Formats: sequence, structure tokens, C-alpha cells
Amino acid sequence: MDERAGESGMKLLFNKNQHDIDGDSENANEVSRRKFLKIVGVGAGSVAAVGAGIELIPYKAWADSNPNGWGGNSGVSGMSAATMGSSQEVGNHQWAMVIDLRNCDGCKSCTAACQKAHYLTEDQTWIRVFEMGDSQGNTYYMPRPCMQCENPPCLDVCPVHATFRTDQGVVLVNQGRCIGCRMCMAACPYQARYFNWKAGAKYPDTGVAPTPEFPVPQRLGTAGKCTFCVGNLNHGLMSECASACPMGTIYNGDMITDVAINSLGNTVKLSKFLYENDAVAYKDEYNTHPRVWYIPGHGQNLDTNATTG
Amino acid sequence: MTSTLEKKEIEQITAIAPDPSWESEVREAAMRSIVTKPGKNWWIAVSLLSLVVVAGLGAWIYQLKHGMNSAGYNDQAFWAVYIADVVAFIGVSYGGAVVSAILRLSGQSWRAPLTRLSEGMALVTVLIGGAFIFPHLGRPERFLNIVAYPNFSSPLVWDFIAIATYTLATAIFFYLPLIPDMAVAKNLVDKGGKRARLFSILSLNWMGTKKQRALLHRVLTVISLIIIPLAVSVHSVLSWAFALTSRPGWMESVFPPYFVVAALYSGTALVIVTIYAFRKGYKLERFITDRHFVRLGYMMAALGLVYAYLTVADMLTEGYTGITTGWIQETLTGKYAIPFWFYVIAGEIVPIALVVMKKTRNAKGMTVAGVLVVISLWIKRIVIILPAATQPLISGQWGSYHFTWVSITVTLAGVAAIPLLLMILFRFIPLMSIDEMEEVGPLGSIEQISKETLKAAREESIPEPSKEESK
Ligand code: SF4
Ligand code: SF4
Repeated sequence: MDERAGESGMKLLFNKNQHDIDGDSENANEVSRRKFLKIVGVGAGSVAAVGAGIELIPYKAWADSNPNGWGGNSGVSGMSAATMGSSQEVGNHQWAMVIDLRNCDGCKSCTAACQKAHYLTEDQTWIRVFEMGDSQGNTYYMPRPCMQCENPPCLDVCPVHATFRTDQGVVLVNQGRCIGCRMCMAACPYQARYFNWKAGAKYPDTGVAPTPEFPVPQRLGTAGKCTFCVGNLNHGLMSECASACPMGTIYNGDMITDVAINSLGNTVKLSKFLYENDAVAYKDEYNTHPRVWYIPGHGQNLDTNATTG
Repeated sequence: MTSTLEKKEIEQITAIAPDPSWESEVREAAMRSIVTKPGKNWWIAVSLLSLVVVAGLGAWIYQLKHGMNSAGYNDQAFWAVYIADVVAFIGVSYGGAVVSAILRLSGQSWRAPLTRLSEGMALVTVLIGGAFIFPHLGRPERFLNIVAYPNFSSPLVWDFIAIATYTLATAIFFYLPLIPDMAVAKNLVDKGGKRARLFSILSLNWMGTKKQRALLHRVLTVISLIIIPLAVSVHSVLSWAFALTSRPGWMESVFPPYFVVAALYSGTALVIVTIYAFRKGYKLERFITDRHFVRLGYMMAALGLVYAYLTVADMLTEGYTGITTGWIQETLTGKYAIPFWFYVIAGEIVPIALVVMKKTRNAKGMTVAGVLVVISLWIKRIVIILPAATQPLISGQWGSYHFTWVSITVTLAGVAAIPLLLMILFRFIPLMSIDEMEEVGPLGSIEQISKETLKAAREESIPEPSKEESK
């Protein structure tokens, strides 16, 4: 089913040469990557209706109506035309995430690892594991990072452009400019925004000034949120949450190379993985176009999978 | 309508109508606050109010140091009391400005003794409301980033532009009718003194010529015309800071008129309270009569009904389909039930009853109604803001906001600042528009009544209107 590309190096991802966040040189591997893109979206014709409820937009339906896939002429997701616009350069990577709910047992290792890495307070659950109920009265777990919306409402409402979107499709907050109005918290449909309400949190001296990519230490009176650990990704490392997940629930993905990988070392072809597993975008009816996809489930793989990574 | 009132009114008219010294009387009364030295009570009130304001500033400094958590905020109650303060204070300002503008445009001559006080109230409250943006921000020192890096797709930038424009317009609206008064006032205070000099500067060489009068009249009409849509836009835009998010309970197309009417309703109420306080403090009963309060009371009651209607329209539309009813349940029967029903009783039923019942349809009754409305509408704002802010958008618990001494002290400081600033302002400014009062004369300013009664009042020295006539 999945195109598993082997168990190679779980922490070495995508492109070891690419260390520069703003790197603009045309990459030597780029050509071969584009080949992957061509494969995308040319799949089975029939679309089974996904009974996922009103808030879930199936990836499949989108892919079938866009036979050229997210390759398009912009090189990124066809869903993204709205925000990428013509003015914004398209980066060498377009980071994405897949959360396979069939594997999640709700252990919250992701939350703990994220909070540790970013020196967050207990309330600041940049990735939060929600306990969800379904119509049968069962519960399942759903980790929720920032969706890195392609059309982020938090960005639209920010009065001072403190929230911005990088050419890699990651939405970040410039805490040096944020005025702390919390309009972004009102606008985010995913409750993914967190604020620095309390003075006096103690941070170790990292020796580096905080940046939007790695906002540590957090600044009092400003907004913060999941950064996708974009610094890690650009250095060939996995995000803290993904690498901490013992179940391999969270995949870091790149839409340009069309690859995704989890902590168990499973490497998949992103577009195919999404298509074949009926991936959905959460609350996409708000026109947010999340870069995080969910594979619906309630931990049913836990019995059959390897238990630890 | 009410025979007792009519009788009283006729008595007042006959008392004043033949009086040739209307002009000097108006001048004396309007200048009372400037010319007479403030009494002991004035000083006590000003010191107490200042104390509250200083305490509020102190609390704010504490909040700056310790973070907004000290004001009760958390990630699920990210907007709460301060934004309610912004909306409520700017709201009452709107009431003051529009009451005066509408009455002016519609040529209601009974407005004359009220315009100055309501415009003063409008100016003071918009300044306080604007100031509440600062405690609301996590980083108030970066406020000017809105000017330096504006994102014009953000409703907050629209807010900023709208509030700034409206504040300017309110200041102009307050100042323009003041020009002729300043020319009068400069001759009524000791010559060569500081105040005489200030007044003479502010009077802009007003001589009262026909040309000047025509010009002022025209400009005033224009600005009265401008301030109404301007104020509508301010409250629409304020509502869009809520309505342009995807939150159930805020994303409502009814929000702009909802906010506009709330502003008018609470604003009219505060006009009533303000003129009552100043009438009492400076003994202006002769000019501001019970009938003024009743008229404003009618306006207030009508606005109250419209507001109740919009509240129902909002909740019914959302609640009927049952898709996003969490906030409605929480409002009607849950956590916010007490404040919500408090609003229904103290903000709608009681004040409207006070207007409807003959017994309470007087200055005192209207003022009690006004106080109730102002308080309930502030609470109503909290009830609009908190359920939608604290609702879980994915799953899990409702968040909650807790009032702390910091947020309460800061808010009380804003409340205290209204009378404080008004009391200080009217140490320098005539209480009533002398010019307008003189223009409309004794009859017009006291009451516009039916022609027959007016005639009777003129012809007979002691009119005795029969009961049929007064009905
Ligand atoms: S999930 Fe929320 S915070 Fe993240 S980009 Fe979308 S709107 Fe912004
Ligand atoms: S809190 Fe900061 S990031 Fe959020 S909208 Fe306001 S200024 Fe922008």
C-alpha cells in the first residue's frame, strides 16, 4: 500500500546539503525531484466518499479534481494559489506534515518534546493532543500542531505584519514586532496560537538571539506558536514532535520532493500516501488550506504495528 | 401627554417667558462652573476620583511587569475585560455625539441646554476608550508599529484609523460651538487673567457677525452630518474585529448594527446620567427640566427595544439550527447565565418599565434607568466576548476568565476618569452653549410644546389649561 522507501536514517531527511534557510541556488537534485511530482495525482479514478464529517475535506477529492497535482506551475500545492501569489517566491522546500491517527495512542510525547525544546510553559501546548469523540461514543486522539495554513487567517488579521509566511510555506511570528493584540488568537480556527502571559519564566542562556524560526526565549507579551521546527527541517533533522513520537504517528514531509518520513524510519511518497490512505485536511471549509493532513483513524494500527520505535 | 408635567412646564415657561433678562441669566448659569470657586465637595470628589485613577495606573504598571496573566488572561480567555472596556467607553461616546448631532440636524431647539454636556461627555469617553487599548496590548510600547508596518487587511488597522478619525471629529464637534461662547466668556472672567487670554485665543476673533454666524452654522451642519456615519463606521469596524474571525458567536452578520445600537443605547443612558449630575451639581434645574429627561428617556427606551430585538435575532438565528450552539447554552443557562439575565432584567426590563410608568417618568427615574443601562451594557459586552473566546474550537474544556484586582482596578480607573475629566473640563468651559441658548430663547430651549399651549402661555400671564387640553 504505502510506498515504503526503506528504513534509512530516520533523522537524516530530504537534503543534507541544504543548510541555508534562505538558500536560493537551484539545487542539483531539483530535476530528479520534479520527476516525482509528475507521478502525483495520476491515480485511481473512483472517489469513495469519505464519511469524515463536515469539518474534514478529503485530499482525494481535491487530487482528483486537480489531475496535475500540486506540481502546477508554481511548484507548490495547487491549493495554495491564493496565498502564494505571484509576488512570493517559492522556496526550495514546501514543508508539510502527515498525522496518521491510526497510530496515535495519545501518549503526548510530542507535546513534552516540543515544550522541552522550546522552553515552553506547561500551558503552551504548541502541539496539543486532543481527545476526540466520534459518533459511536468512542474516543480517539488527535495531535494538533499549527496547521501552517496556506491561507492563514492569523496572518490576515495581524495588524503589524508580525505574522508572516516564508517561501517554504511556514507561518512564523516575529516576536520582535508583535504588539500583543491577540487578534491572531481570535482568528485561528485551530486554537493553535499561544501567548506569553507570564513574566519570570527562566531560560538557559542559549547564546543566540531568538529568531522567528527558533523563538527561544519567548518574549513576554507576544504571541507564539508551533514553528514546524523549520530550523531542524532545513538542517535535515525531523521536527521535535515527529522524532519524539514512539508510534511514528507524525510524518515530516516536503511537497517539492514529495517525500515524508516518520520516527520509525518509514519513508513514503507523500502524495501517494495521502491519496491512498484517504487523508483529510481539517476544517478546510474555512479556506485555510492546512499543510498538515490527517489520516483518519482511532489507533487501530497500534495492535499490529511495532510498539516502539 | 402627562398632565402634571405639562402643568409644571407651563409654570416654568410663564416664569421665564416674560423675563427680559434671559441673556444674563443664561450667561450666569453657563459660566457658573468657571466663575465660582470650586467648593469643598468639588475638591473632595476630584481627589477621590484621582486616587482611583492613580490606583488604576499603578495596577497597569504591575501588569506590565508581571504579564497579562495578572489581569486574569489565559490562552482560552485571550480577549476579555479590556476589549470590553474599549467597546463600552467608545460606545457611550458615540451616544453623546450622535444625540447631539441628531438633535441639531433635526432642529430640536430643546437640545440647546444639553449639547455642550453631551459633546463634552463624548470627547472625554472616546479618549478614555482609546486609552484602554494600551492595557489591552501585551506590548503597548510597540503600539506605533501599527503606523510603521500597517497590514491593511487587518480589522485592527481599520479600527485604529476609524477611532483616530472619530476622536478628531469629536474634538472638532466639541470645539466649534464653543467658539462664540469663548468670545462671551472672555469678557466674563477677570480681564488680563490667564483664563481670559485662553478664551480669547480659543474664540478665534469671534465677533458674532452675520457672515461668521452663517459660516459656523454651515460648518456645524456639515460636521453633524459627518459624525453620524463616522460613528457608525467606528462601531461597525469595532464589531468586525470580532465578526471577521471564524468563531461561533462572533462571526455574525448582525454584529455591526448590533454594536452600533448598543453604543447608542448606552450612550443615551450616559447622557442622561451626565446631565443629571451636572444639573444637580450646578443647580441648572431651571434650564434642564424633567421634560428633557423624559425626551431622552423615550429615545433610550426605543433604542433599548431595538437592542433587545437584535439580541434575539442574533441568538435565534445561531441557535435554531443547533450547529454552533455551545456559546448560546453557556450564555442562557451556563456560566454566563447570571450576567446575561442581569442584562435582560437591569438592562432592558427595568429601564423600559421606568420609562413606561408614569410615576418614574421624571429626572430621577430616567437617571436610575440610565445608570442601570450603562452598567448592564458593559456586562453585556463581557457576555458577548467571553463565551465565544473561551469556547473550545476542537474539543475539551471551556476556558474561563477570572477577574483579578488588576483588571478591576484598571477598569474602575476608566470609570472614575469620566466624571474626573468632565469636572475638570467644565472648570474651563461653559456648561451650556450660551450662543445656542440665546438663539433659541427661553421658550424654545425649555420645551417645544403644542402651539395652543404656547399661545396660551404668551397671552395669559397665568394660564390654566383645562384637562382636555393637556391630553
Ligand atoms: S493553524 Fe492557526 S496559527 Fe497556524 S497558520 Fe493556521 S491560522 Fe495561523
Ligand atoms: S498578537 Fe502579535 S502576532 Fe498576533 S495578531 Fe497581534 S501583533 Fe500579530
